Amino acid sequence: MSSVLYDVPGPAAIRRNRTFGVVGTLIVLALVGFVVWRFYEAGQFSPRLWEWITYVRIQYLLLGALWATISAFAVAAVLSLAFGAFFAAGRLSDHRWVSVPATTVVEFFRAVPLLVLIFILYFGLSRGLGIEIDAFWAVVLGLMLYNGSVLAEVFRAGVNAVPRGQREAAYALGMRKTPVMTNVLLPQALRSMLPTILSQLVVVLKDTALGFIILYPELLYQARFLGSQNQLGSPILPVALVIAVIYIGLCLILTGISRLVERRLSQGPRSGGAKPADPELTAPQMPSGVGYGGGAA
Amino acid sequence: MNVLLDNADVYWRAILGTVGLFVVSAIGSLILGTLIAGLRVSPVPVLRTFGSLYVTLLRNTPLTLVLFFFAFAYPRLELVEFSFFTLACIGLTLYTAAFVCEIVRSGINTVPVGQAEAARALGFTFTQTLGQIVLPQAVRAVVPPMTNIQIALLKNTTIASGFAVFQLGSVYSVLSERGYNVMIGLLWIAAIFVVLVVPLTLLQRRLDAKWGVAR
Repeated sequence: MSSVLYDVPGPAAIRRNRTFGVVGTLIVLALVGFVVWRFYEAGQFSPRLWEWITYVRIQYLLLGALWATISAFAVAAVLSLAFGAFFAAGRLSDHRWVSVPATTVVEFFRAVPLLVLIFILYFGLSRGLGIEIDAFWAVVLGLMLYNGSVLAEVFRAGVNAVPRGQREAAYALGMRKTPVMTNVLLPQALRSMLPTILSQLVVVLKDTALGFIILYPELLYQARFLGSQNQLGSPILPVALVIAVIYIGLCLILTGISRLVERRLSQGPRSGGAKPADPELTAPQMPSGVGYGGGAA
Repeated sequence: MNVLLDNADVYWRAILGTVGLFVVSAIGSLILGTLIAGLRVSPVPVLRTFGSLYVTLLRNTPLTLVLFFFAFAYPRLELVEFSFFTLACIGLTLYTAAFVCEIVRSGINTVPVGQAEAARALGFTFTQTLGQIVLPQAVRAVVPPMTNIQIALLKNTTIASGFAVFQLGSVYSVLSERGYNVMIGLLWIAAIFVVLVVPLTLLQRRLDAKWGVAR
């Protein structure tokens, strides 16, 4: 698409582009170089600050933290999908006494920041109502409420985006509401929604990092812990860098899977009538925050 | 109601903090995001690579980690000293810019090819085509997703409370110090956010109705 904005470059343009390229590279290199130099000056590359990686106990600690992150993500992902499906069904209901409460719940949990939800679950419930809940469940339930509501909107948008003729044809054939939904609308909707759902799961994964603030021992929490250990030389920067690499790696794996699924879908025999040309721009039907770190983190 | 009224000073300071973070980072991310989108569609391959590297890195990093870096690691570099508020603004801006960039870029994709072709036929340069023909049309197409991002940013400001910036997310600690019911205090915060977000959603609907392009 980008080639639309400019012609195939001629000799002069090629020269100019090359200059821009070189200048741009130099600027970026200068920035990166400056940061690296500052790291070096601040002694962040001294071997002592990186020793911690070699300790087996710390490696186990990090593995445990990775597991804490992944298990919170997995449980939250499953619960959010279930929550989303349930409330999407509620919102699509023809009975007002079902759809109005469902809409209220979804709209409320979408408007409240995830961190506030987690605080309500963790501090609010224990100090206000005396219900103790541990950090893992506070994070997971918070993620479920928030991302579940976002997913409910995704599901609803997906079902509504199936061309109306499909539904009308099914009713005309004498099908009842439930079969119309399960046999006609959902299979087509799922297909067009899958990329959005998967990118929302990346948001869930990133949001588990909020557990750090309520002391759930996931990756970021352990990073803070290791980074403040004096006997390791308080290697906060090296630890932050390593943790960043782990998070980016995890998210890229998930993104990779969603790309793969997307490609498989678009290669299918029929790409589904509801497939939007550009999933990022289906905004009129898409709810707030879908797919773009609509989540807190 | 008592919890809210007795601590009106705390809530007011917190709302100002949240709105301050939001306004500064929103403007910052819109500017930076558009610039990076410019890089990502530019004719220079190296610049395109830099653009996509930035977006990939920032989009796949939790915001908590970004703020963590600026709160704990940045001071160790002994560069210019900033307040936590400024650091939080920088973190939020850098993070949100990646999402803004992607939206601007997908908005550029919605502008019909003929528009850019016509501009080029008239002898417009890349910068002119982008700035005078394509971007103005793209902006109209991306109003709803862009508002979504800014709403997400508004909610994201709470995370700064984990890192010593005083805003709505940090109210609960003051309340528990003063011995008020934390649960009710937190529910008030949730309510305030609903009140802050709803006008933005309404604004989004209005802008979309006014500017939306049927293609």
